[in-house]
Amino acid sequence: MGNKGNVVEARGLTVVRGTTTALGGVDLDVPSHQIVGLLGPSGSGKTTLMRSIVGVQRTTAGSMTVLGRPAGHPELRRVVGYTTQAASVYADLTVTENLRYFAALLGAHASDIERALVAVDMAGLAGRTVGTLSGGERSRVSLAAALLGDPQLLVLDEPTVGLDPVLRRDLWDLFARLRNDGVSLLVSSHVMDEAARCDRLVLLREGQVLADATLPELLERTGTSEAGEAFLALIEARGEEGR
Amino acid sequence: MTPRLTLATASRVLTQLRHDHRTIALIIVLPCVVLGLIAWLFDGTPVLNQFGPVYVGIFPVVVMFLVTSVATLRERTSGTLERLMSLPLGKGDFVTGYALAFGLLAIVQALVLVAFTVWVCGMDVAGELWVLVLCAVLSAILGSALGLAASALARTEFQAVQLMPATLFPQLILCGLAMPRAQMPEVLEALSRVFPLTYVVDALGGVARGLAFTDIASEVGLVALFIVAAVLGGSLTLRRRTP
Ligand SMILES: Nc1ncnc2c1ncn2[C@@H]1O[C@H](COP(=O)(O)OP(=O)(O)OP(=O)(O)O)[C@@H](O)[C@H]1O
Ligand SMILES: [Mg+2]
Repeated sequence: MGNKGNVVEARGLTVVRGTTTALGGVDLDVPSHQIVGLLGPSGSGKTTLMRSIVGVQRTTAGSMTVLGRPAGHPELRRVVGYTTQAASVYADLTVTENLRYFAALLGAHASDIERALVAVDMAGLAGRTVGTLSGGERSRVSLAAALLGDPQLLVLDEPTVGLDPVLRRDLWDLFARLRNDGVSLLVSSHVMDEAARCDRLVLLREGQVLADATLPELLERTGTSEAGEAFLALIEARGEEGR
Repeated sequence: MTPRLTLATASRVLTQLRHDHRTIALIIVLPCVVLGLIAWLFDGTPVLNQFGPVYVGIFPVVVMFLVTSVATLRERTSGTLERLMSLPLGKGDFVTGYALAFGLLAIVQALVLVAFTVWVCGMDVAGELWVLVLCAVLSAILGSALGLAASALARTEFQAVQLMPATLFPQLILCGLAMPRAQMPEVLEALSRVFPLTYVVDALGGVARGLAFTDIASEVGLVALFIVAAVLGGSLTLRRRTP
């Protein structure tokens, strides 16, 4: 599955959740060996798109391939790491007990646990019960669990939310290292200044892809100087078209 | 299903239980307290010998049902189930892992309860003791299995708690304790035949009347079948993709 092209390809992906159309015909290519930032306001469909990629979202129409296989294929569960938006770890287990379980499911070596904990700077708290950790510490345990095994694609739903600037910088450094080691990453965020750390940006709004470009391209196209402004400019341009 | 993954899940659930001393104490001690109260209340009458064996089966069903349904629901609301469904864990592994862990707890609970009622409360069992132990263990496991199957229907913890009265109360009323089944209106008697608790009460009532194992083997077999059906039902209603 070491394909050079795209790690995710979606065509006309439509997801209706309850009465809302969370994704309305999304076409998307996520190139391999890059950090792709998935940006967009609350409710724009970021989580829905990520859930579709990892195969836990019921989709309504359209197609999606991940690492050359249909999204949700059993073979993908070993090579796609996923963190949900809220830290999905067991609060009544210690950090190590949590990771030991997820490592067992992935068939990962016990030594992998130490590596993952060091990567997220949590080795010092390995023996603590997760329920006694702060929100940011918990989300890093959740991230460590996604690093276990040998993931080729990481799908991370707002991994830096609630973290201080230093930790956020450290995590983005980690993402860059992973990318250099050949991992592809899709990272959602609604902190626009994190856009500068991404190789590519996908801007999502009301279930539609507003833009899919590099940051410099985006700034040039909109004549702005940072991602947040570019995003607003794109929304206004859309509004004018519609009028 | 993969035995390695089933066992990893069972061992994780047991580790969670081990951290929660209070729950373990409640599960083990509570049925003993109830039986102790009954023994005290009817001291000097043959009530304990007549109905004690039946109660030894019924209280564990209720306790194990509640504990299991809330535990699996917690997995849903915390997002850990979503993560597990994106990992190489079969739905059957998940449900069977839970059934094994709580089954083990059920065995301990049943053994302690039988020992307490026989040796501390002085219950005189007309039938064979090992048959009583077998029936008590099976009914506790049945409670767990029904809790697993029912939790698929609940979306919130409030609903999960309501599931206990919703699924167990009709069974308790129609199982033959409130009125001998032969005297029930025909429709209700027919209904009682599809409820597993009916066979638990039939088997344990037989033990109280001094029947040999061969005389109640078909009831015991049916309870075992209900357990398998409930675990299967729980795996089939679990959804990897959710709306
Ligand atoms: N379980 C659900 N049932 C029904 N509708 C849902 C459900 N979850 C999300 N939605 C709707 O789907 C749309 C997209 O939601 P989604 O969670 O993908 O947004 P998001 O971009 O991740 O937002 P946020 O930044 O707040 O996490 C929203 O309109 C939301 O109301
Ligand atoms: Mg979201």
